[in-house]
Amino acid sequence: MTLTVLTLLQQFVLLLAALVLFLSFVLLAQPRLIAAIHLFAWQGALIAAVTLTVALAGHAHHLYFSALLTLVLKALLIPWMLHRLVRRLGLERHTEALRWPALAMMAGVALVIFSYWLVVPMVEQGLAFTRNIVAVSLAVVLIGLLMMVLRQQAVAQVLGFMSMENGLFLAAVSATAGMPLVVELGVAFDVLVAMVLFGVFFFQIRESIDSLDVDRLNRLTETVDNEDLIQ
Amino acid sequence: MTALLLLLLTPLLGGLTLALLRPLNLAGWLNLAVSLLTLGAAVWLAWLVATVGVIAGPYFRVDAFNVYLVVLTAFVGVTTSIFSRPYMRHVCASGKISARSMRVYHSMYQAFMLTMLLALTTDNLGVLWVAVEGATLATVLLVSLYRTPEAVEAAWKYFILCGVGIALALFGTVLTYFAAQHVMADPAAGLTWSALYERAHELNPTVMRIAFVFLLVGYGTKVGLVPMHQWLPDAHSEGPTPMSAVLSGLLLNVALYAVVRVKMLVDGSLATTATPHLAGALLMGFGLVSFVVAGLFLHRQRDIKRMFSYSSIEHMGLMTFAFGLGGPLATFGALLHMLVHSLTKSAIFVTVGHATHLAGTQAIDQIRGLIRTQPAIGWSLLLGVVAIAGFPPFGVFTSEFLLLTATMQSQPWFAVVLLTGLAVAFAGLFRHLHPMVYGPAPEGQQPVQANLLPVFIHLGLVLWLGLSIPDFLAVWLDRATQLITGMHLL
Repeated sequence: MTLTVLTLLQQFVLLLAALVLFLSFVLLAQPRLIAAIHLFAWQGALIAAVTLTVALAGHAHHLYFSALLTLVLKALLIPWMLHRLVRRLGLERHTEALRWPALAMMAGVALVIFSYWLVVPMVEQGLAFTRNIVAVSLAVVLIGLLMMVLRQQAVAQVLGFMSMENGLFLAAVSATAGMPLVVELGVAFDVLVAMVLFGVFFFQIRESIDSLDVDRLNRLTETVDNEDLIQ
Repeated sequence: MTALLLLLLTPLLGGLTLALLRPLNLAGWLNLAVSLLTLGAAVWLAWLVATVGVIAGPYFRVDAFNVYLVVLTAFVGVTTSIFSRPYMRHVCASGKISARSMRVYHSMYQAFMLTMLLALTTDNLGVLWVAVEGATLATVLLVSLYRTPEAVEAAWKYFILCGVGIALALFGTVLTYFAAQHVMADPAAGLTWSALYERAHELNPTVMRIAFVFLLVGYGTKVGLVPMHQWLPDAHSEGPTPMSAVLSGLLLNVALYAVVRVKMLVDGSLATTATPHLAGALLMGFGLVSFVVAGLFLHRQRDIKRMFSYSSIEHMGLMTFAFGLGGPLATFGALLHMLVHSLTKSAIFVTVGHATHLAGTQAIDQIRGLIRTQPAIGWSLLLGVVAIAGFPPFGVFTSEFLLLTATMQSQPWFAVVLLTGLAVAFAGLFRHLHPMVYGPAPEGQQPVQANLLPVFIHLGLVLWLGLSIPDFLAVWLDRATQLITGMHLL
C-alpha cells in the first residue's frame, strides 16, 4: 500500500498516530517515574492534536469540545494528579529498570505486528487509512497492557493503564470521527474517578505492605499457603 | 418514562444523601427505604412493559428481557439492605471499620445499584460500557473496606483486572461503532442498540467478528469466565458480606446481559457468512471451561466465601454455555437460571455472613456444628446449598433440567460433560458443607443475633419456582426468549 493515495490530512493524522505509538515504546522502557509521567502527558497532548485535526477537517463542532476535553484530562489533569501523588509518596527519584529491556521491546514489536495481522481482513474493503489507525491504536492498547504486566510498581502500572485508555481515545476519534458526546463525557468521568481511586489505593497499599511494589501483594492465591511451604 | 426516571433518580439521590448523612442508625434505615422505593419503581416499570410492550426513549429501551433483570436487581437490592443494616452495624460496633467507612459503604451501595440499573435500561452501547465500568469503581472501595492487607490486595487485583478487561470491551465498542458508520444514515446513532439491531445484517462481518472477541473478553472478565476470573474469588471473600451477595447475585448477571446483547448484534451480522454461529461457539467454549474448572476448584477451597464464589463462576459458566447454545429452550432455561441463581446465591451469602459471624472466622475447618449451636443458620445453609447444587424441588433443578434437555437435543456429547461437572461440583460443595453443618460444635460457641428474613424470602421464592412457575413469569420469560432467539417456546 502506498501512503500517497491518502489525502494530506489523513497522512498527518497517521503521522501523529505513529508518534503516539513511538511514545508508547519510550514509556515502556523509561525507568524514571517522573519522566514517564511527562511522556504520558505528551502522549495525551498528541491525541488532543489528532482530535483537533479531525475536527478542523470535518467541521465537526462537537470534536472541538472533545479535543479540549482530551487536552485538559489527559495532558494536564491526570499527569498533574500523578505528579502530586508521586511527590506526596516521596517517589520523585524512584527508578525501576525493566529486567530484560531488549526482550520487552521485542515483545512490543511483536504486538504491533500482531495488531496489523489482526486487521488484515479489513484491507479488502478498501479501508487502508482506517486499517492503519485501528492497528496503531490496538498496538498502543496492547503495549499499555504489556507495561502493566512487566512493571511491578503500582504507579507505573497505572501509567500503563492510562496509556491503554489513550489508545482507546485514539481509536474512537480517528477511526470513527468521535463517539457521541454523552458517551465521551461518561468515559472521561470514569477515567477521572478511576484516577482518584488509584490515588486512594496507592496510600492503602503502602500502608498495608510498606511499599508500592505490587509483586509483594501475594497473600491470596490458589496454590499451597506460604506458611505450609516454610514449615 | 416517569417510572424509568424514578428508577434511576432514587438511587442517585439516595446515594448522594447517604454520602452526607452522619447518624449511622438512620443511614441503615434510609438505605433500606431508598432500595424499597427503587423496587417500587421497578415493579411499576415492569407493569408498564407488560401492558404497553417496549418502552423506548432517546437513550433508553426497556423490553421483556431487561425489565425482568431490573426487577430482580431491585429486589435483591432490598433484601440485601434488610440484611446489611444490622450486619454492618455489628461490624462497625466491633471496631473493624470507622463511621466514615460506613458512610462510604452506604453511599457506594446505592451508587452500585444505580450503575446496575443504568446498564440494564440503557439502549446505548457506550452508556452500557460507562455503567459497567462505573460498577467496578463503585464497588472497589468496598472490597478494601476492612483495610487488611488481604482486602487491599483483593481490591487492587479487582481494580486492575476489571479495568483492563473493560478497556478491551471499550475497544470492541469502538469497533462496533466503526462498523455502524458505514451503515447508519445518522452516524451519531451508531451506538444505539435498537437501531443497530434493525440493521445488524448490514454490519461488516469482518469488523464485527473482531469486535465480538474484544467485547466477550472484556465483559467476560466481569462475568468471571475462566481464565479471566482471578479477581472474583478474592473480591468476594475479602469484601463485606452484603457486597459479596450483590456482586454475585447482580453484577455477574448484568455483565452476562451485556454479552448477550452484543451477541444478538453479531449473530445478525454473521448470519450470511461461512461462520454464522461463531459468537455462540465462543460462548459455549468459554462457558464450558469455566463450568468445569470452577467445579474442580470447589474441592480445594479453605475459605467459605471463596468456595461459594467459585460456585458462582460455575453457574455463570453454565448460563454462558446455554446462551451460546441458543435456541428457545436453552435460552429460556438460561434466563430462568439467572433468576434462581441470583436468589439462591445471595441467600447463601447472607447465611454465610451470619455463620462467619458465629464462628468468628471464614476458614472452613474452623466453622463447625452450626446446626447444634444455632439451628436456623445451620438449616438455612444446608437448604441453600441443597438448592444451589440443583436438587429438586428447588428452582435451580428446573432450570438445570431445561438446560440439560436442550443440550441433549442439539449437542448430546456436551450433556455428558455437563452432568459430570454438576456431580463434581455437588461433591465439592457437600464435602465441605457436611462438617460445617453437622460436626461437633466447638466449646463456648454462642448463638448470634441473626436476621434470616431475606434468606427465607429468597429460598421460599426459589422453592416456589421449582414447584410451579407462575403463568405471568412464564409468559414474561417467554417474551424475553422470543426477543433473543426470535422464537417462542411456549
